[in-house]
Amino acid sequence: MAPLLFFLVFRYLPMAGNVIAFRRFSPGGSVFGEYWVGLRYVRLFLADPTFWEVFTNTLVLGTLTLLFCFPLPIVLALLLNEVRARRLKRFVQSVSYLPHFLSIVIVAAMVMQLTSMDGTVNQIVRGLGGDGVPFLQRPEWFRTIYVSSEVWQTVGWGTILYLAALTTIDENLYEAARIDGASRWRQTWHVTLPGIRPTMMTLLILNIGTFMAVGFEKVLLLYNPLTYPTADVISTYLYRMGFESSNFSYAAAIGLFEALIGLTLVLTANIISKRTVGTSLW
Amino acid sequence: MVTIETGEPRRAARRPKGPRPTRGYRVFQAVNAVILTGVVIVTLYPFVNIVARSLSDEAYIIAGRVNLVPRGFDLTTYKLVLSDSLFWTNYRNTVVYTVVATAISLILTTCYAYVLSKPRLKGRGALVGIAVFTMFFSGGLIPNYVLITSLGMKNTIWAVVVPNAINVFNLLVMKAFFESLPEELEEAAAVDGLNTYGTLLRIVLPLSKAIIATMVLFYAVSFWNSWFTAFLYLDQQELFPVTVYLRNLIAGATGAQSAGGVADADAVQAAATLQAVTIVLTTLPILAVYPFIQRYFVSGVMLGAVKG
Repeated sequence: MAPLLFFLVFRYLPMAGNVIAFRRFSPGGSVFGEYWVGLRYVRLFLADPTFWEVFTNTLVLGTLTLLFCFPLPIVLALLLNEVRARRLKRFVQSVSYLPHFLSIVIVAAMVMQLTSMDGTVNQIVRGLGGDGVPFLQRPEWFRTIYVSSEVWQTVGWGTILYLAALTTIDENLYEAARIDGASRWRQTWHVTLPGIRPTMMTLLILNIGTFMAVGFEKVLLLYNPLTYPTADVISTYLYRMGFESSNFSYAAAIGLFEALIGLTLVLTANIISKRTVGTSLW
Repeated sequence: MVTIETGEPRRAARRPKGPRPTRGYRVFQAVNAVILTGVVIVTLYPFVNIVARSLSDEAYIIAGRVNLVPRGFDLTTYKLVLSDSLFWTNYRNTVVYTVVATAISLILTTCYAYVLSKPRLKGRGALVGIAVFTMFFSGGLIPNYVLITSLGMKNTIWAVVVPNAINVFNLLVMKAFFESLPEELEEAAAVDGLNTYGTLLRIVLPLSKAIIATMVLFYAVSFWNSWFTAFLYLDQQELFPVTVYLRNLIAGATGAQSAGGVADADAVQAAATLQAVTIVLTTLPILAVYPFIQRYFVSGVMLGAVKG
């Protein structure tokens, strides 16, 4: 019973708590707000230019993350799969999983050190004859920094399921392909990739599910007012609206909108995947 | 739910050797080795760099001369951080939060997973659905905050250890494990007169040591690393975990940076070693246990994937 109670209180009650998006909320008052205001807050944020700016940033950052963080583990897994020396393979795997175990605060702190004016990146820039750049204060660099650090942290860990799937591909398929005169590239293309397709689709759908939430904690740690033009995303904007400006209802309305888009995306991706390649989450 | 066919791992996982490796293939092997070496270097470099910075004299860091090796070996900053009583208080908090949260999580997850693993249970599908739905839709930041506040959990340990007690992925991993246990065992236990709790405690759990170890590690690492819940719900610095200690340190530095100006430059630079030292001291425990816990994590992830 206790676990069910946990879900009801800490997961479903907050969902119901979203009614404050449509009600006037006063701190210290009812969890569910005071009185109905209808779609007032929804209309407010739809007319808010900053909202559309952070909406665009969310889409851009989410797309970039998907473009790099989804395929790179596949590439790395394929490369690892070709390694003949078992110990070498295991060593590379162990090293590449490591960043997954770090707190996001530590990752952010490392990023700051590496990109600071006296950090390694700027030493290289100067070594090549350029001038130092305060990277984390330049909006045009934020996306690069964010995506690179995301890749650094996730690529190794992401290979685990692919490596497992690769071991299940039937040897005879390779044999048959070779007899048909297929080169190694063609074997990879026609045997290996179809073999891990169900894994790819499942992980793609799950990735799409987190698309809207794009690394809220990491952005919160790495951004600052100077980089808001590219770094501020829906989740960080609603965080500031809620906790710095105390507009709880307004922030809740934005949060609900974000969550609904996220849910729609994952359901749509799941249906498309089911229809086209027959892989689905449930 | 999540179904990824991994099936039976075959022994000869790698591509069988062709009759004769072509020249192209040998070139590929060489390129591959170079790429993978690159991956290793890029992954490890930040760690080495942070250690080097933490052991260096401030002046060399400011001059931008510290990369792989510490320059002007200096332990003053380590002494400084280690003598900060707040650092120790926060470190102790991290340990306490991790232990308490992991215990609560383990109990709740085990009970729910065990119930879900019983195929004859009525409404089992609905119970699974209730859990899985929360993976894709959540109440959101604001309603959660309002709830925790109105429950009077703010500035207490409960705000940190309770709201994230059940991780649905972990729940599904554990459910998959329980389902793999032979049913006859429990039938035999029932014949011998054990009730549900007796069966769980005396028969099922002793057989589940491996999965319990995996769960403990999954939860412990995630609670050890978490910072946002504590950051959001705790206002007093004596209550912070060490991750929030570090976050305040780096946030202070960026604050000074974005404020700009020459006057702040000194403050920023003085923070460089301080940050590096704190990063090293907070990462150390994870690095120390990493070699031992890594394989549990890998096997846990696979179990979750095979049948979730």
